[in-house]
Amino acid sequence: AGDGSGPVGSAAEDGGPPVPERVLFPPTFSVSEIKNKQRRHFMFLRWKQQQRKEKLAAKKKRRKEREALGDKAPPKAIPKTIENQRVYDETTVDPNDEEVAFDEATDEFAPYFNRQTVPKILITTSDRPRGRTVRFCEQLSTVIPNSHVYYRRGLALKRIIPQCIARDFTDLIVINEDRKIPNGLVLSHLPDGPTAHFRMSSVRLRKEIKRKGKEPTEHVPEVILNNFTTRLGHSIGRMFASLFPHDPQFIGRQVATFHNQRDYIFFRFHRYIFKSEKKVGIQELGPRFTLKLRSLQKGTFDSKFGEYEWIHKRREMDTSRRKFHL
Amino acid sequence: PSQVVWDTLGNRQFCSYKITTKTQNFCRNEYNLTGLCNRSSCPLANSQYATVREEKGRCYLYMKTIERAAFPRRLWERVLLSKNYEKALEEIDENLIYWPRFIRHKCKQRFTKITQYLIRIRKLTLKRQRKLVPLRRKIERREKRREEKALIAAQLDNAIEKELLERLKQDTYGDIYNFPIHAFDKALQQQDAESESESDAEKEEDDEDMDKREFVEADDSDLSDFEDMDKLETSSEEEEEEEEEVEKKASLAKSKGKTPLKGPARRKRPYIEIEYEEETEPATKTKAA
Repeated sequence: AGDGSGPVGSAAEDGGPPVPERVLFPPTFSVSEIKNKQRRHFMFLRWKQQQRKEKLAAKKKRRKEREALGDKAPPKAIPKTIENQRVYDETTVDPNDEEVAFDEATDEFAPYFNRQTVPKILITTSDRPRGRTVRFCEQLSTVIPNSHVYYRRGLALKRIIPQCIARDFTDLIVINEDRKIPNGLVLSHLPDGPTAHFRMSSVRLRKEIKRKGKEPTEHVPEVILNNFTTRLGHSIGRMFASLFPHDPQFIGRQVATFHNQRDYIFFRFHRYIFKSEKKVGIQELGPRFTLKLRSLQKGTFDSKFGEYEWIHKRREMDTSRRKFHL
Repeated sequence: PSQVVWDTLGNRQFCSYKITTKTQNFCRNEYNLTGLCNRSSCPLANSQYATVREEKGRCYLYMKTIERAAFPRRLWERVLLSKNYEKALEEIDENLIYWPRFIRHKCKQRFTKITQYLIRIRKLTLKRQRKLVPLRRKIERREKRREEKALIAAQLDNAIEKELLERLKQDTYGDIYNFPIHAFDKALQQQDAESESESDAEKEEDDEDMDKREFVEADDSDLSDFEDMDKLETSSEEEEEEEEEVEKKASLAKSKGKTPLKGPARRKRPYIEIEYEEETEPATKTKAA
């Protein structure tokens, strides 16, 4: 008798009021209804501990069942990742799609992929670049073969584009700067090609990379493009590929990687060495940065009259955590 | 009356247009001619006053006289000045004829300054202007976090290594890298009959490379023992050591010092598990019994 009332001498957890073990709560009770903050906190912690215990017990039981069954056990469940749960994009490219293949044979990059043009790239910045941006431009030009850096002192882009075309440049890269760090990249394929505008983040110069090797040599690097699945991703991937000359020099053992993950494109530049046929060692040299696509325009750079093929609209496109466009 | 105003407001008591700094007193009144708080340039303390102000690119001359001091609404009279610089100066002179020299001079000075900055504005609007786009803090934070998670999920090093090995397998590199073990191993595991001729051919090819050939022969017996082929190295410096199969571990340890490691490559030791059976149980059983 009298067990339900009165505090049972259980060891109090961090000074909370000791709650009797056999108190019955009304069935519609929830922890969040207690008005007293301290007690509510205490009850919540207890509830959490209980949940954890139950979960652990369930796990143990499942493991025992699995061991008991032995070979007949059902296969392990695959954990859900964001990539697994990705909302299916209808513009995903099927490798055997003929329409896509036909499109790609006739779009602006066809002359490059048919080896008719050799890429020649002009790298420039916005007005008055600060030291970090300047150094980044230089390093970028060592990474991309056949590229030149020119400083822009107040020249309008619309006027230099015809000049570039006249001098046989195939691509134009403009690095936008804000508060002394580069934060934007405009990549424009010159003879009337598409223009992509990216947001650049986490830029690391060569001296900030740990365990780096020597400078990138003059050899033409290989290109790796990972995970560009949709139509949009495909065209962006081809844009990147067209920056580098078509025939890589394997003697150089350098590789430039554009890896797309959840709409972020990571750029890395490595030197690799094959230790055996199943093991390769890579060493990072060269700058690294991440890009996020903001817009893709059909013609060359023109902010007012350009025809936008794709713009990132935050309110429409950022609603779902599992929806990606590249 | 103006002297009284000055004595109260200007010098002693509080004037809401007055701003004091360490060295100067400024006057915030929009009709003030010079911007400083002086006896001669206070529009409240002078009953006869004039200013030049510009509105939407056009300059006006404002005048205040004693006769209209009783009518605050009609106090300031406004005259549009011509766009031509010299003509406007003449107009100022005409309107302020017989006025004190100080006010006339300062008006003309002010007008000059205003025209200069108007010209500058017009020039700048023709050049490209920086468009300031406001950042939204929440979105910036969200993007940064997502980027970090994407980076972790990407596992770039692994992906790159996998891709490079894929390309090696698909022979995009041609004949630059020759790994005899690879061919030998593949042959052994997949097709026995065909492999023998292949491996013979490989061995014949390797006759050119003395090192590699010895390497292959030495490890013949070891292929069955060791499950992981990753541990075997093809560097020529190791072939002397690896002829002694027993001391595999020691050889790897030695070669660690010799061959300069490139990059973040780490070598694992061959993992050999040795199990000992315990035979103490029957002893205890007999004791219990």
